[in-house]
Formats: sequence, structure tokens, C-alpha cells
Amino acid sequence: MINYLIRRLLYALPLLMAVNVLTFVLFFVVNSPDDMARMQLGQKRVTEQAIANWKHQHGYDLPLLFNSDEQGAKQLTTTIFYQKSINLFLFDFGISDSGRNIGADIQQRMWPSLALALPSLIVGLLVNISLALFMVLFRNSYLELGGSVLLVMLMSISSLFYIIGGQFLIGKLLKWVPISGYDSGWSAIKFLILPVMISVVAGIGSGVRWYRSLFLEEVEKDYVRTARAKGLSEPQVLFKHVLQNAMIPILTGVVVVLPLLFMGSLIMESFFSIPGLGSYTIDAINRQDFAIVRSMVFLGSVLYIAGLLLTDISYTLVDPRVRLS
Amino acid sequence: MTHLMMSSTLSAYKISIFSIALFAFSQTGCDVSQLNNPYPKADVENSVLYSSFAERPKHLDPAVAYSSDEYGFIGQIYEPPLQYHYLKRPYQLQPLTANAMPVVRFLDQKGQPLPATAPESAIAYSEYIIDIKPGIRYQPHPAFTQNAQGQFVYHQLTQTQLAEINTLSDFAEQQSRELTAEDYVYQIKRLAYPKIQSPIAELMAGYIDGFSEFAQSSAKLPMTELKNQPMRGVEAINAHQYKIRIKGQYPQFQFWLAMPFFAPMPWEADAFYAQTELKNKNISLDWFPVGTGPYWLEENNPNRRMVLAKNPHYHADFYPTDGDEGDREKGWLADAGKPLPLVERVVYTLEKETIPYWAKFLQGYYDASGIASDSFDQAVQFSGSGDPQLTPLMQEKQIQLQTSVSASLFYLGFNMLDNVVGGDSERARKLRQAISIAVDYEEFIAIFANGRGVAAQGALPPGIFGYQEGEAGINSVVYDWQKDHPQRKTIEQAKQLLAEAGYSNGIDPKTGEALLLYFDTTAVGTDDRALMNWYRKQFEKLGIQLVIRGTDYNRFQEKMRTGAAQLFVWGWNADYPDPENFFFLLYGPNSKVKQGGENAGNYANPQFDRLFEQMRNMPNGAERQKIIDQMQNIIRQDAPWLFGYYPKDFALFHSWYHNLKPARMIVNRLKYSRIDSQDREQKRQQWNQAQFWPVIVIGLALAGLVWPVIRAYRRRQQETQND
Repeated sequence: MINYLIRRLLYALPLLMAVNVLTFVLFFVVNSPDDMARMQLGQKRVTEQAIANWKHQHGYDLPLLFNSDEQGAKQLTTTIFYQKSINLFLFDFGISDSGRNIGADIQQRMWPSLALALPSLIVGLLVNISLALFMVLFRNSYLELGGSVLLVMLMSISSLFYIIGGQFLIGKLLKWVPISGYDSGWSAIKFLILPVMISVVAGIGSGVRWYRSLFLEEVEKDYVRTARAKGLSEPQVLFKHVLQNAMIPILTGVVVVLPLLFMGSLIMESFFSIPGLGSYTIDAINRQDFAIVRSMVFLGSVLYIAGLLLTDISYTLVDPRVRLS
Repeated sequence: MTHLMMSSTLSAYKISIFSIALFAFSQTGCDVSQLNNPYPKADVENSVLYSSFAERPKHLDPAVAYSSDEYGFIGQIYEPPLQYHYLKRPYQLQPLTANAMPVVRFLDQKGQPLPATAPESAIAYSEYIIDIKPGIRYQPHPAFTQNAQGQFVYHQLTQTQLAEINTLSDFAEQQSRELTAEDYVYQIKRLAYPKIQSPIAELMAGYIDGFSEFAQSSAKLPMTELKNQPMRGVEAINAHQYKIRIKGQYPQFQFWLAMPFFAPMPWEADAFYAQTELKNKNISLDWFPVGTGPYWLEENNPNRRMVLAKNPHYHADFYPTDGDEGDREKGWLADAGKPLPLVERVVYTLEKETIPYWAKFLQGYYDASGIASDSFDQAVQFSGSGDPQLTPLMQEKQIQLQTSVSASLFYLGFNMLDNVVGGDSERARKLRQAISIAVDYEEFIAIFANGRGVAAQGALPPGIFGYQEGEAGINSVVYDWQKDHPQRKTIEQAKQLLAEAGYSNGIDPKTGEALLLYFDTTAVGTDDRALMNWYRKQFEKLGIQLVIRGTDYNRFQEKMRTGAAQLFVWGWNADYPDPENFFFLLYGPNSKVKQGGENAGNYANPQFDRLFEQMRNMPNGAERQKIIDQMQNIIRQDAPWLFGYYPKDFALFHSWYHNLKPARMIVNRLKYSRIDSQDREQKRQQWNQAQFWPVIVIGLALAGLVWPVIRAYRRRQQETQND
């Protein structure tokens, strides 16, 4: 397994390099260093000299990918791409174009993202699995039919509606919790109740349908019939046996998203003013802050690769037949 | 638990009991108010003002910050020598940290003093001598901390010290020192220092003697060396007096002296923040200012919250005792003579979306609010006479509305270098005049700005010297004066002008088809479609076909720089209340294409330029007014802009918010604000009683489901047994 992991990590390097090149090319197709300078310097009284100074100070006065004025390896190393990318592989994200340390910002902002994403995932998982099991329990009844219709309706509603509707109903009309905001420590809880609740409700439609299909597949299997023949009640069959056997796809589905929880939720963080990494990325794109954009894309890629790796490992843990080689 | 619930009707009983208990709880008068309060309970008793920010400010360094959201913070922290009188209009400058208004003396080429009546041609330099008040002290800051031997404790931090530092408040000892004239001199050196990239560096290089030379000589020096380098035209005469030598005359310089660019900066701050390890922890001057103002930045988490707290060392400063006529009746002199600031803390919370902000304002958790377009109808309605009024909902909450025309202008510009719409030919001029009449900005304001604007009659907005009210101030090319108000000329008159320009019925004689004009804009979203259609229709009135060229912001800027745009919309917020700050947007040598200046339409008229050069150095008075009138007439005839409109600010504020006089030009206005905390707390409690009826509804709905669930469960059990 160690060999497998090492091999996968080595595969990740060219993949990360490719993602880096792609981000770089896409970013600079849309934004030139001049544009970035103008964005940072504001709109009033920006002179060409000020732009030149800004580019020089931030290292954007070099050629993008290839420096024909240099000799040898310097043709590649004295470029914006090299200067801005190489440190990423050492997880040194550097300074943003607006002058802040990106690593420090990420460290600070990943906790609010996690504080929102982790409870949303856990509560969502519990709610979705429970409801899916209930639906399977009441399969071929009006309850299931009604439930399915309700799920399709829930799926059809835009997530934005859930957010605005939730803020209106819970925050504005019923006044149970603050409409938006965030605080540190335990004080954050009252700010997280509403977004977590909305995340869970918004995910019920698709989540319950997905788990329901998993469980329906299981209940037709022979071991379920055997369990029933042993005289077990239907809830015992479902909650003890079916649930246990359906854990492989559930676990692997969850493990793959675990690392990405750090990356935050773009819309949710923005609407609830939660200072996480999702809103950090969006702000950086709006500000044309390449240093942050490349760091976040790189981090996202690393975490995604880590997620896939964890999934592979989790297969071996939940199913002893699987061997990594 | 699930099994139990299904197997017995007891669950329904439990749910009912729970629901009744909850209902009873909600009716018992238990304090369920302010569950939605986003602030700590400890804040209730304090005098705190609550505001928000949508984006973190880019810079808090006074040499770099230039936008209004940045000034919202640094205006309260840094103190330039002058400020505007809070209540008097038109705006009047008065001393802030200065003892008196600067003494200006004129010098000849050899540096010899000239009499005040010397002709402009003889004046080589103007020297501003500024005395600052003694005894003014900086906020507490680790940069000032010295040990018993007089050594700075935190200027060379060790790794051990740094390990325990995450923010500025982690420094155990924070000292202060007295403000000196040298601090003002040092800040001007910072403006010139190329690595700081001050947006006004090039402008000031044209005015301050020795500024350019200093910029060149200091370019390669570390910042810590700046204090030791002399700048020829700027000098501290003694601890409380300094002078600035300006090339020629530049009366507008006094307005710059009221802006944070010219606030003092202690050299210790730069020495302290120069430490790389602090930068890596995001502790920099750009995020943690050091000032003498009424407030200091107690907490700066631009990702969540920024808090201004009263500066414990703030000098004697008092609420004005005189103001404009009517100010006393409006309550703006109720706090006359009281020491400032009147609010202990100001809490700015990150609020990225307008919907939650608006909801929190209505709940009393923000003290003031602008009005976003999606909540406009909820807040404001127009009376029969067109006056804005608050809706009953706002009146019920005793919310107050304040409107004021801002010192800004949005205009539709013609690129004067363009072959079709540009140039000074009679054909092009009449074409521009015809379009000026056809594009109905009154309609634009009503539809797209919710009535929040005043159609512009010229380049100067109200409140700026030179602006003329009434018939004397109308744009006679576009309007007639009828029944005491300007009436836009008819479309027939516009068509007549168009025909005289050679485009009869909008037909281009070269092609025999409708004249094609191109409008470059960054408004490319779906929300902007209605606006673009409206522009098209305005041009269609003349038979002209308008092609909308949607483009992203970067390409748009590039088109403007290269002169590739034909029609465009542009705006300007005044830096200071002087006509020069608007007319310079049309001054030929400021052409964007030729000189990279702020004259975005590249307008050039020698007569206008001559009058501008004459007007800019004159004191306000009848003679200056006469020249301004001539300049207005020239640009009305030449029509390089459709003058567009002056935006009107609508602000809502709660009844507990006092002393809020419209003052867009005044950046340090927060110190005059007062909050009645008791009134606020009372209203918040009244407005924020939590409602629990939905829990009962949900409980009843669940109870209603119990019986079908039990039936379905029994059937399932039976089916399983049959299998």
C-alpha cells in the first residue's frame, strides 16, 4: 500500500503542474498585468508610471512563460509563471497582490469554512439517510409517493431561494437567529444555525433520492430475505443490515468530499457574511488578485487529489476484498 | 425512538403536549427578544455605532488610500492639518491640527518674498507655512514603545517575541508620543517615495518644489532612510511648524491639506512595520494605521469585523457652535460645544449582500442604511409633487430619510478624437447637440435611478462654487426655461439640428442608411439589458442606430486609453469643493489618449483651456463666476458630454442616530455622530420578539402524519410476514 501511495503522490505532481499552467493561461488570457495593476491602484489618477512601478514591485514586469532576453535556464526561470508558481509546491503561497500574506489568510479563513461545512455534512448525512430509510420502509405506499413528489419539488428549487427564503422566514419573520454574520469561538454557533439548516434542507431533495436508490438496491438482495425469514422486523432489517451493507458507497462518497470542506461554500458564505475560503476565492477573482486565485486553485487541486487518495484507502477499510497495489 | 413513535399513538400525544408547552412558553412573556441579535450583550450599555463594509478596504495607508470606503476608516484615524466645517455650506476649511489657516506667501524666482498683490506672472513659488497645535498625541502603538534607555523595544523583534504575536493587540506595551511638524514632512516624503505608489505622486510632482527630485533620489533607498533625506520644498521649521513650497500658484492646495494624503506619519511606524515577519503575519501599516484622530483601529479583521475605538489620547476638539440657518431647528446644534467624539466605538461588520443588511437595519441592528434598488419601494414613495416620502412601514419605525445631491457627476461622453462624433466642426457639434436633446435624462432618473438624481445642466454640481440655480444656470442648448423650471427642447428641435448636421432623419449621407453610432459599456449583465434598450430608443428618436459594444472592464479601459471608444458613460466624484476639480476633466492638456490624464473624452478647446488656466488660480468671487459662466457656455455649445445627472443620495437612519448632516466631502464626520443607546435598546426589544408559531404548525402537521404512518407501517409488517 505504501508503494501505491508513493506512486499516486508522484502522479499528482504533473497533474498539479498542469492545473497550475491551465490556471495561469486562463487567468492571463482574461487579465493582463496592466489590468491587474489598474485594479489594485484604483480608478482615479492612475498614471502609466504608477502602473509600471506596481508591476515591477509585484514581479509582473517579466515575460509570462518564456524570457527570450535571458540565456539558458533563466529563459524559463525569469518569467512570471516560474516566479509565481514554484513556491506553491512548497506550500508557500506568498503575498497577495493587495499585500496580505495568503498563507496567514488561508489559515484564518479555513476554520469558518469548516465550521459551516462540517456540521452541514454530518447533519445532512444523518437526515438524508434517515429519511431515505423511512422512504424505503414505506415503499409502494402513498407516503413514499408523497415523499418522492416532495423530494422532486425540493430538488427543483434554486439554492438561492433556500438562502433568501430561509433568511426571510427564520431570521426576519420569526427572529430566531441573526440573519447573517459570524463570530469567533462558541459565539459562532448562533450564526451557523441558519446556514447549516438551509444547507441541510437544500440538500434533502437530491440526497434522500440518492440514498433511497442505494437502499432499494440492497433490500432486494438475498441476505435481506434471510434476515426477514429469521423473523426480524422491517426496521431491524433496514437499520441493522441494509444500512451496514450500503455503507461502502456512502462512506466513499463522503470521504472524497472531506478535504474539500476546507474550501468553503461560495454562495452560502457570501450571503451569510461568513469569512471563509469560499468568499475569499470569489473576492480574489473579482479583484483580479492572481496570487490568491492561483493559490486557491492549487490548494483545491491538492485537496481533491487527497480526497481521491483517501477514498481509495477507505475502500480497503470498508471492504477487505479490495487491495491497493 | 423511531420505532416507538410509530408503534404507539402515545407519540401523537407527546407531540401535542410538546406543542402546547411551546405555545404556552411563547405566550408567557419570557424574554424571547433579540435572539437574533448579532452583537454581544455587553454592547448594550455602551455608546456603539454599528455600520458595515461590503469589501475589505484595499489600503489604510494614507499615502495610498483614495476611495470613499477607505476614507470611511482612515478619515477617523489620521488628521491632516485642515478639515471642513461640519455644518457650514458651501464647505469651509478650518484648522484641525493646525493652529490657524496656513499662511501663504509668494516668492519670486530667487526665493525673495513678494507682496500678496504680486501679478501671477511674477510668482515663482507659493509657500505654505503651517503651525500645528502643541500637545497632540498619537494613539498608543507598539512602534513608539521605548525602554528606560530610550531604545525602541519592538523595532527589531526576536523570533521568541514574534512567536507570540498574531495581531497588534498582542504587543504588551504600547506607548505614544507627541505629534511634530516633522511627521507631516515625513508623510510628504512618503507620497514621493516610488515604492509606496501614491496615486497623487505625479500630480504633486507638478506642484511641490523638489518632489520629483526626491522621488528620483530616494527610489533605491530603503524606507527607513526616508526621514534622513531632505526634500527641497518641504521642511520642518521647528517642532510645531513646517512649510511647503508650491511651484507658482495653486490655491486648491489648501483642499489637499484637508485630505488624509497630508496627514502626519511617524517614522517609527514605518520602521516598526518594515519587519518582514510582521508582514508575513499581515501586520502592516496598510492594515493597522497609526494616527492622532478621534479613533484608532482597535480590531482589524478585514475578513469579518473592524472596530474603531475612541483614542485615549485624543486632543481637545469640540462640536461646532455655529452652523447654517436652520441647523438648530434640525437638531444639528444640540450638542454644540461638547467634546468629541460623541460615540465610544464604531463596529463595522462584513456584510456582502444588501438583502441581509436591509433586514438587519429594519431590526435595528444597523443604525443607518442606504437604499438598494430592490428595497427602494419598501422604503420610499413619491408624493404627487414628486417629493420622496417614507412609506408607512418606515414611519412606524420612526426611521428618517435624508436626501442630498452629491458633488458628483455621471455623464455620457463623446470621444472628441472620433471622426463621426468628435472634432470641432459645425457638423459634429450639431450632431452632439441633437443627441444631447434626444437622450432624456429626466426619464433615465425616473426609471433607472428611482428618482435619485438631478438632470445636469453643466459640468458643476450644486454645492460647488460656480453652480448657478434657476434660469441663469440652465443649458440653453438642451433646455428652455418655462414656468419656473427647465423644459427639455422637443425632439423636433433635435431633428432640426441633426438635419443641419447633414443627417436628415438620422440618415448617414455616406451610406444612405441610418447613422450608426457605437456605445462602449461594461454594463453587460442581464440586469443591464433594459438600460441598454433605453439608450437605443433614445437614439432611435433621431433615426440613429445605436450599437451597444459590451466589453469587460479591462478592455473598456484599454479602449478609453487608446481612443477606440466612441460613446461612453463616465463619472467623477469631487476630491474637493472647487470648480477646478470638475473643469479639469475637460482641460485639453489632460487628454486621456494624449497625456493619460482624466479628460476621458479628449476634449480640447483653446478658448476653454485659456479660461480654465485663468480661473483655476482665482479666489471665489464675481470675477471667477463670470469666467465659469463663460466656460459653461462653451462646453454647452460644444457638447463634448451629455451632462447626464448629479446623483442624489438617499440615506435612512434610525431615530436614535443624531447629528447626521449630509456631508459627503467631510471624511472625518464620524466624530460628530451621537447614538441614543437606551432608545435603540428599547426599540430593538420591541421589534425583535421571536415568534414560535411555526413550531406549533410543524408539530400539528407531524401529529397529523402519525396515523397514516402507523397504517403504512402495519401494512409493511404484514407484507413482510406474507413474503
